[in-house]
Amino acid sequence: MNPGIFTYLSSGLFLGWSLGANDAANIFGTAVGTRMVRFATAALIASIFVILGAVISGAGASHTLGKLGAINTQPGAFMAALAAALSVYLMTERGLPVSTSQAIVGGIIGWNIFMGQPTDPGIVSKFAFAWVASPVMAGIMSAVLFALARVLLRRVKIHLLRLDHYTRWGLILVGAFGAYSLGANNIANVMGVFLNVSPFRDLQLGPVTLSSAQQLFLLGGMAIAVGIYTYSERVMMTVGQDIVRLTPVAALVVVLAQSLVLFLFASQSLAAWLAAHHLPHLPLVPVSSSQAVVGAVIGLGLITPGERIRWDIVRNISIGWLLTPTVAALISVVGMFVLQNVFNLPVRP
Amino acid sequence: MRAYNGLTMKLPSLFGGTRGLEAQIDLYFDKVQEAGLVFGRAMEIYLNRGVSGEFEELVRRVTAVEEEADDLRREIETQMTTHTLIPELREDVLSLIEQVDEVTNHYEAAVYSFYVQKPQIDEAYRDDFAELARMAQQTAEEMVTAARAFFRDLSAVRDHVKKVQFYESEADRITTRVGRQIYESTMDLARKMHLSSFLERLDSIADTAEDIGDKLSILTIKRMV
Repeated sequence: MNPGIFTYLSSGLFLGWSLGANDAANIFGTAVGTRMVRFATAALIASIFVILGAVISGAGASHTLGKLGAINTQPGAFMAALAAALSVYLMTERGLPVSTSQAIVGGIIGWNIFMGQPTDPGIVSKFAFAWVASPVMAGIMSAVLFALARVLLRRVKIHLLRLDHYTRWGLILVGAFGAYSLGANNIANVMGVFLNVSPFRDLQLGPVTLSSAQQLFLLGGMAIAVGIYTYSERVMMTVGQDIVRLTPVAALVVVLAQSLVLFLFASQSLAAWLAAHHLPHLPLVPVSSSQAVVGAVIGLGLITPGERIRWDIVRNISIGWLLTPTVAALISVVGMFVLQNVFNLPVRP
Repeated sequence: MRAYNGLTMKLPSLFGGTRGLEAQIDLYFDKVQEAGLVFGRAMEIYLNRGVSGEFEELVRRVTAVEEEADDLRREIETQMTTHTLIPELREDVLSLIEQVDEVTNHYEAAVYSFYVQKPQIDEAYRDDFAELARMAQQTAEEMVTAARAFFRDLSAVRDHVKKVQFYESEADRITTRVGRQIYESTMDLARKMHLSSFLERLDSIADTAEDIGDKLSILTIKRMV
């Protein structure tokens, strides 16, 4: 294997680091920020389950991303991921809402433009549907789950200490599921563009075979884990202290709703099962965990008397849906042009 | 060895839940209620017969119950800090228990002051003092019910806190009315001040219970699912 490949993979690994640094807080932010779960526990669980989710269930969303534009040169893949990372950085710097999922789509569309090949509008519509549907679904799920929890808790009249004890364990278990779903859904953002240029060969480890894609996902998962360990603690503390004060049960519901949405947009077996039973199934597309969280919190607000939707937040998210891919696509096209013409790299196959 | 020691042995483990701690908190509230009942009976006897053997026995019982409640409180505090609980709830419960402890202290202090100072309460004021002592005890009793509801049935806390507020304002009303009557009477000033200090001591039980009721209202809003 050419060690130079890691230079090309570096942009994806950086995206992975950034994902771990920021998005782990969507899963464990409230729990760690309010000291319900220790950071060391949260980081260990999140890292293990992100990697498992990425390696075991990461193929679905990555496959759809591949259909958007199959990048088949290493410099091209490098630039697409770098464009996504740079647009995430630039927009975050300006305080604009941003999602890696939307940025990487821009990076790939940039590749299509650079190559002069059309982008399949059918696939683009799948992404557009998923981005709008994911926060809406998270909102509906959190409202339903919270209403159920409320009815149940008022009926069962569980002792407050016991409820907190269970909630704490619930936050750890749901956090593990959330991390798994995050890995499964979002590894596509990190490593999806490198699938066609993977330097790995299938690896036999006893009874387990790790495909070339799975090895890429393992590497990406490890980058996410590094992001979690090195940077996510301060993000979690901010999330826990700055955002709306949620009761522990509400926090649990928000994480669960968000995790279910990410899982639904990632699980190939669930999609296959639904298809086999002639039921409508969701496209397997990387979606934004941050936007799912916002949707879930809005959902809680809707069933809480006296709360109103903050339309400014909804508007900002909508702006992000259009602005992020556009910015990333622009950077991607310009970047590929520069790589080809200034650095003489073989961006075209 | 005290009766509740068997329960303190049951340390809540990682998977064993919080049952031991729950039982201790229940037992603690039992003790606060018991102290209130003994206080009520002691006041009844003092107002009818002054300091008697029976009254002295009840003073000793209030002290004993208060000490038991103190031991339990310390045990709960130790267990709360080592228990896998959400820190915010732990802090809230600890400060609640600390505040409830003030009520038992007030009970003890009240009966002791009657025992030591033996205030002369004229026939004309005896029923009022008895009524004030009953209202104070009832305020505290309702506060304990509200505190129990905080742990088991949050939706019921509000009803009990409403009653706490009602009984406390009744206690205030009696204190003001009787205080005015005392100061309008022909008693010498030292006796007026002496008697009104007992009114205030009894009323402080209701005041403390009301403060706890207010705290419970806030804690409940914070926790309401």
